[in-house]
Amino acid sequence: MRDAAIKRLSDIAVQNPKVMLVTGDLGFGVLTTFAQNFPRQYINAGVAEQNMTAMACGLALEGRCVFTYSIANFPTLRCLEQIRNDVCYHDANVKIIAIGGGFSYGQLGMSHHATEDIAILRALPNITVVVPSDEWSAAGAIAALASTPGPAYLRLDKSSSRVGERAGETFVLGKIRQLRDGDDIALFATGGIVGEALQAADLLAAQGIGATVIDVHTIKPLDKDGIVAVARRTRAVVTIEEHNVIGGLGGAVAETLLEAGVSGISFRRIGLQDQYSSVVGDQGYLRRVYHLDAPAIVASVIDLLSHNSKP
Amino acid sequence: MALDSSYTLKLASAIRRHAVEMTHLGNSSHIGSILSMTDIIAVLYGAILNLRPDEPRWPKRDRFILSKGHAGAGIYAALAERGFFSTDRLAEHYSNGSIFSGHVSHKGVPGVEFSTGSLGHGLGVATGMALAGKLDACEHRVFAVLSDGECDEGSNWEAILFAAHHGLDNLIAVVDHNKLQSLATCQETLGLEPFADKWRSFGWAVLEVDGHDHVALLNAFTSLPFVSGKPSVVIAHTIKGKGVSFMENQVLWHYRSPQGDEYQAAVKELESK
Repeated sequence: MRDAAIKRLSDIAVQNPKVMLVTGDLGFGVLTTFAQNFPRQYINAGVAEQNMTAMACGLALEGRCVFTYSIANFPTLRCLEQIRNDVCYHDANVKIIAIGGGFSYGQLGMSHHATEDIAILRALPNITVVVPSDEWSAAGAIAALASTPGPAYLRLDKSSSRVGERAGETFVLGKIRQLRDGDDIALFATGGIVGEALQAADLLAAQGIGATVIDVHTIKPLDKDGIVAVARRTRAVVTIEEHNVIGGLGGAVAETLLEAGVSGISFRRIGLQDQYSSVVGDQGYLRRVYHLDAPAIVASVIDLLSHNSKP
Repeated sequence: MALDSSYTLKLASAIRRHAVEMTHLGNSSHIGSILSMTDIIAVLYGAILNLRPDEPRWPKRDRFILSKGHAGAGIYAALAERGFFSTDRLAEHYSNGSIFSGHVSHKGVPGVEFSTGSLGHGLGVATGMALAGKLDACEHRVFAVLSDGECDEGSNWEAILFAAHHGLDNLIAVVDHNKLQSLATCQETLGLEPFADKWRSFGWAVLEVDGHDHVALLNAFTSLPFVSGKPSVVIAHTIKGKGVSFMENQVLWHYRSPQGDEYQAAVKELESK
């Protein structure tokens, strides 16, 4: 996902000399080609995320489209006030790329788990928040953000749903992507964990349960109409995210459905249950530990539907 | 504009009078911080900054960021005196529905380059603007005025490292070094000394001046950059509350608003000068 994004950014940088990439001293081997090909459009700001973000804001206010780049929480939470006061209040054309969404860097420990970022970033006015599920949408998001002025956060993940490009499909910022159709339940997921939702849909189908699977790649602005329309066609909604259940995709979908007056459906948020992880493990392992993998999703759906069917 | 101090001294007097009036009407804080930097602001806005009041976003303008945003009333006053908007509007400061917030805001205010308020933001943004200026081979310069207490913020030192590393000699930091911060002196709070040496060791060209001596300030700002290839910092030694005797060097006037007899006494003293 990361490589696909940077590759697309390179293509854009050729066309647009105002596009810049600023890293917080991370991206070994990933940014090398960009740095070599675009020396006037690349800066390593050092291990200094506050200045990276403020400085990027200054560049943006002088007419540049600046992508900042780092891992997990470093380009977001470490410099949150620079994002809020400098970038968002000034509507500056700064795009924050964080690689390592969720448990991508699971073994590195809690400091490298990005599990509250979606909630925190989407609470900021003026910012677009995008969480792609695969390489195709990561590249599409880069292109869409580069041509959309204003602040943005792009959360990239080590895992991928591997859906890829489908015939006739174009990446549209702010629109949900329906990947599977089923009548019994709608699974809304964001990020690479969309892959677990698809696997869960297969497992559910084998048990005679039809699941719609929706890739919500744009958390903000949220495709409220699209989400409500899907929810009205089913009797149960489950949200799935590699993120705390508070304030992320689950919160956004719940707010949307309740305000739209969608009633009579069962609802559940699958995600981290307001906790940090001190368990060591890779992304797949930690998904199993925290009940975020396909079998856990299946169990949760069956449990939800069984409660739903009771009078 | 001629480089004599007659206009800048008049401008400084006007800013001081406006600032006392604005903080009185708004029942607002930070008059000490405003009076401390007033001579610096008057010299910059009166003689140094290349600006067009009738074209605030003129691309070739010098950029100015007040990083110590709590002294925003001083900038509004300077901009009004320079004709960016009517001085009548200064009375709106701090009032309900106003665009003139206590901490300086650019929204709807012609001439304000950047909004600040949380300390430690302005220099980093100025650094990005200066880098853009270098990349585009522009002639304009980027100024940022910081407080000394603000230099407690680590983000400044990230920007200081960055600006020196990239040789941004179109960037000028001015530190309003009044030695008093919110609750006590800088040395009592979080010692900055040896302050000038810190900037030097980070690769900046440093000049220390009397921050109330207009001729000294004019000389400093007409000698930029102090060293080609290095960012410049003017450490301006100032007196918090300068110009109103009972406010001078009193930490109380970081937060106290001039009201009643104190307001009358401040007005009288400023008008007598």
